Amino acid sequence: MNRVALIWRKSLNVVMLTLTGVAAFGVVAVLFLILGYLVWNGGKSLNFDFFTKLPKPVGETGGGMANAILGSLKLLFLAALMGVPVGLMAGVYLAEFGGKTFSYIIRYTTDLLNGVPSIVIGIFAYSLAVLPFKHFSTMAGGVALGIMVIPITVRSTEEFLRAVPGSLREGAMALGASKWRTIATVVLPAAKGGIITGVLLALARVAGETAPLLFTAFSNRFWSPGWGQPIASLPVMIYTYAIAPYDDWHRQAWAAGLILLALVLVANIGTRVVLSRGGGGRSA
Amino acid sequence: METTAYGNNATAARRAPQIVMSEKPQTASEKEAQVRFEISDLNFYYGPKQAVFGLNLKIPKNRVTALIGPSGCGKSTFLRTLNRMNETIRNTRVVGEILLDGQDISQLDVVGLRRRVGMVFQRPNPFPKSIYENVAYGLRINGYQGRLDDLVEHSLRRAALWDEAKDSLHKSAFALSGGQQQRLCIARALAVDPEVLLLDEPCSALDPVTTAKIEELMFHLKDSCTMAIVTHNMQQAARASDFTAFMLDGRLIEHSETSKLFTTPTDPRTEAYITGRFG
Repeated sequence: MNRVALIWRKSLNVVMLTLTGVAAFGVVAVLFLILGYLVWNGGKSLNFDFFTKLPKPVGETGGGMANAILGSLKLLFLAALMGVPVGLMAGVYLAEFGGKTFSYIIRYTTDLLNGVPSIVIGIFAYSLAVLPFKHFSTMAGGVALGIMVIPITVRSTEEFLRAVPGSLREGAMALGASKWRTIATVVLPAAKGGIITGVLLALARVAGETAPLLFTAFSNRFWSPGWGQPIASLPVMIYTYAIAPYDDWHRQAWAAGLILLALVLVANIGTRVVLSRGGGGRSA
Repeated sequence: METTAYGNNATAARRAPQIVMSEKPQTASEKEAQVRFEISDLNFYYGPKQAVFGLNLKIPKNRVTALIGPSGCGKSTFLRTLNRMNETIRNTRVVGEILLDGQDISQLDVVGLRRRVGMVFQRPNPFPKSIYENVAYGLRINGYQGRLDDLVEHSLRRAALWDEAKDSLHKSAFALSGGQQQRLCIARALAVDPEVLLLDEPCSALDPVTTAKIEELMFHLKDSCTMAIVTHNMQQAARASDFTAFMLDGRLIEHSETSKLFTTPTDPRTEAYITGRFG
């Protein structure tokens, strides 16, 4: 009977090891499948025209997504302009000033905002920045993405500021620096690398958002000068092209997906580089 | 007290000319030395918990006063009331009077006070900047308009770090060793030319050789600076200070010339502590 128990334990061990191992392999496999598929399909359709030309009219093959690439960059610029300052300052407030109750409320609300489905944020931006002007615009898309940038920036800024040792703050204050001066000249520079990482990751995250752009920035088959007109963006282009019945459009959608992925990857690697260059540098 | 007579010139901009003591500091008694800090009936509270009880102490000018006592006796807390650093901690309360050159420090502008009363902490805390910028920091935030280079060099020389650091002024302060970092922190504090330097166990993280350097430094700084040092090391108090105050459970037990306190303590608790029977 002792031997039976032992065999039972050993076989259970093997079964569990197999199950968890297969699950772990499955996760990695899915990721590489997506990556491979994207590179395979997207790579075939990538050419110089894709980066330099406007989309061709329906029925004609060829053309590119130059307007969507620039559009995505313009939207991200607006999102950063609107979301990052607010997020940064709120993060500073939470880490350096906030009282107990009020901070708790802000933190909780920020997490809630982070969890709001992006389509709901799209509706909000629609009623805020589209309805009053009666037309879609780059600005409205920027507002939608900017709102999404805020909570991520707030929380990452707070985290990295809290990681700055209190002895640095004391050192600056003991030299007569005011609290604000201490934060601006010692604490923020010490946390600089981490904060930049957080911002880049937030931007990378919203770069792939489609839903909030559908009825704010809408889309555009031409260039969109200024900030007041509808504008094309990579995610919306992917959406439009992928559901269209043309093979050529499908290929271009794959290419757009690949570019979007490359954008996010560059942001991620960029942050790694920034971080390893001494953002985390601290006394021993 | 005399607060009102001095109360109108609380700004940091005005500085009294420094007095250079010509006689040997060790031979001077408390009567001869002028008083820089006069603390009367000081009580300090962390929330409901009282940490310092009815403390009276005079800290003489151009002397080193050591504060000794077992851990948690309130000596660091007391030291930090002298430049109002405890105000950065929430829920703390000071009751009592602290006069700096006859001025009530609670009436002074805190920025000006901290410029006049510098502080060096237990662990070296250089800013994540270059050596040069660390020393220049206090000058910059006080809006100093003169030549920074000269003052940075002067401060590093006063902290006995110039020879080691002069070739790497623009390198990160983190590249320095622990002892060098602590001397950098002293240089940083000295750059704004404080009248008083508070040292909160400055050598506890340092080896004996570096400790000796810092004690020697303190000896030379006496010409221009009043110092108060918290230390757990009784040999250090005996070596480096002119006056010693012994604290226990938030109360000042005994305060006298260092040589007297360590040879003929009047209170049995002081004797027990310095002979190592507790603490």
